[in-house]
Amino acid sequence: MQFFFEALIGGLLSGVMYSLVALGFVLIYKASGVFNFAQGAMVYFAALTVVGLMGHGMPLPVAIVLAFGAMVLLGLATERFVLRKLVGQPPISLFMATIGLAFFIEGLAPMLWGDAVRPIELGIQDEPIPWLLERFDIVVSRFDLVASGIAAVLVAVLAIFFQKTRIGRALRAVADDHQAALSIGIPLERIWAIVWAVAGFVALVAGLLWGSRNGVQFALTFTALKALPVLVLGGFDSVAGAIVGGLIIGASEKLAEIYLPPLMQAGFGGNFGGIEGWFPYVLALLFLLVRPEGLFGEKHIDRV
Amino acid sequence: MLYREAGQFKTSFAEDMQIFPIRQDRIAIGLLLAFAFLGVPLFASEYWFSAILIPFLIFALAALGLNILTGYCGQLSLGTAAFMAVGAYAAYNFQLRVEGIPILVSFLLAGFTAAAVGVLFGLPSLRIKGFYLAVATLAAQFFIVWVLTKFPWLSNNSSSGVISAQKIQILGFSFDTPVSKYLLVLGIVVVMALAAKNLARSGTGRAWMAVRDMDVAAQVIGIPLMHTKLTAFAVSSFYCGVAGALYAFCYLGSVEPDGFNLDLSFRILFMVIIGGVGSVLGSFLGAAFILLLPIFLDSTLQPAAQAIGLPFSNATVSHIQFMVFGALIMFFLIVEPHGLTRLWQITKEKLRLWPFPH
Repeated sequence: MQFFFEALIGGLLSGVMYSLVALGFVLIYKASGVFNFAQGAMVYFAALTVVGLMGHGMPLPVAIVLAFGAMVLLGLATERFVLRKLVGQPPISLFMATIGLAFFIEGLAPMLWGDAVRPIELGIQDEPIPWLLERFDIVVSRFDLVASGIAAVLVAVLAIFFQKTRIGRALRAVADDHQAALSIGIPLERIWAIVWAVAGFVALVAGLLWGSRNGVQFALTFTALKALPVLVLGGFDSVAGAIVGGLIIGASEKLAEIYLPPLMQAGFGGNFGGIEGWFPYVLALLFLLVRPEGLFGEKHIDRV
Repeated sequence: MLYREAGQFKTSFAEDMQIFPIRQDRIAIGLLLAFAFLGVPLFASEYWFSAILIPFLIFALAALGLNILTGYCGQLSLGTAAFMAVGAYAAYNFQLRVEGIPILVSFLLAGFTAAAVGVLFGLPSLRIKGFYLAVATLAAQFFIVWVLTKFPWLSNNSSSGVISAQKIQILGFSFDTPVSKYLLVLGIVVVMALAAKNLARSGTGRAWMAVRDMDVAAQVIGIPLMHTKLTAFAVSSFYCGVAGALYAFCYLGSVEPDGFNLDLSFRILFMVIIGGVGSVLGSFLGAAFILLLPIFLDSTLQPAAQAIGLPFSNATVSHIQFMVFGALIMFFLIVEPHGLTRLWQITKEKLRLWPFPH
């Protein structure tokens, strides 16, 4: 049972890390209706910029601030040179454009900063918390706990931002209908610039946390792929959904990885590791059959 | 002057409904086919066959498959490579386990196997749409590759699921040179492309397009959604499956499940986007473009860098390839959302009016 709880908590905490990436998707989708496939590439770009700047002798806080600046610039450039030209195109074209953007960033980032795997030191130790270890004999990493704390704060702030502020309401209006929002005087371009900057910030946070855990490397771009089932489960346009979806995916994939292979081995023989590679997707797929709009997604009504 | 249908009167229904209604088109297609079947084998070198022409035809076939699903029926799929993998492994297993089965039959059965798997993963499309569906097809991508790696029976107990395709023999003639493989692939691709072109303008194809444009409206005018979407998945996966079998048997010779990864799916998706969504010709143009671009960049970047005195390492070249690739995709979507095939249509329009454009 102890082992079960340890796996469960470990899964939940790594789920929070998925949520962080998923959050970036949700932000842009909520605000512009664009499904931004480049979010993973942005995570990579942000983390690589931080390590790159630190490689030039800058202290961590300065590097983070400068990297944030770079993310904002990247967001503005994306808005100015890509999205603005695609206003009114079907969402699928916008989606494909962001795939192109992902490729572009995946080439740009290592060209600027080199592609060697490098660590980031954030000063948070990745060690078990002694109190929990003594009391319940459960290993919970301090790093994971801090990461989930940061994610929780981000979510709370973003939720308030979307629900209560003027800009947040404008963002939701834009997501609903570009043209209608334009016609009631919402400055579309400024709104998009803001949302890309915020998404860049979320990518930076995710990049720092993921990077300090696994090292800054190309594999960071795959975090986007892990975030997709989270999104589907939670609903594309729900901040809360991203968090709950992340928790479910994180926990279930860890438990499946531990408990399914022995069962399958008993049934078929052979070695069945690596279930966590596809389990989240199949789970999301099955879930979609029951609730096509995800847990918290807005119900879509078709009109002819 | 040369390209004009004036004076070509249709006197029967069959004439009016033929695939290429304009005589010049028929002549051009005939010449193109004659060149592909007879001219190319005379001129092309071995390198051209095995590195460019054969993969071009195979990728064009896979792109055609995806185009049927995404371009004609409007269902975005990110699992193309997985369906190709199903085709490759199915063909291998039919060859291996069924005594004396003709290779073309096993290709056909591979296509049907892929179609069955495609229908299975297409079932969710009845409930979910758009991006949700795209994510759902990722489940197919990861799950199928995992199954092929983990069940040793499928790869005849070889380590890490690598299969080596059997020799191709049809009626005692063995296809082992690049030229003969090229001709085999070309034959299959031509037949399937013509079939696709016909299918697209049949009742089925029109139903697909209606569903693509607006599924609720299509349903209202009496198009059965389930049947339409699932046939699109089946036909599309059939094409991808055959392409996958050809990929293993005629192009690479030996393949592993990890070769059919998400990257391959994306490449095929790009072929469809750049070539032209919802166009048979576009699949070919896109495949040629995506296949030739890296070769072109490889051969030009290095000398160009040396000419201006910048030492480019191989890594930098591959990064620049990524950037150019991404930039081109965005460029195409902005400038010409209908892809290369639209440029061809514009040329045709211009040609029709030439030399008196007013």
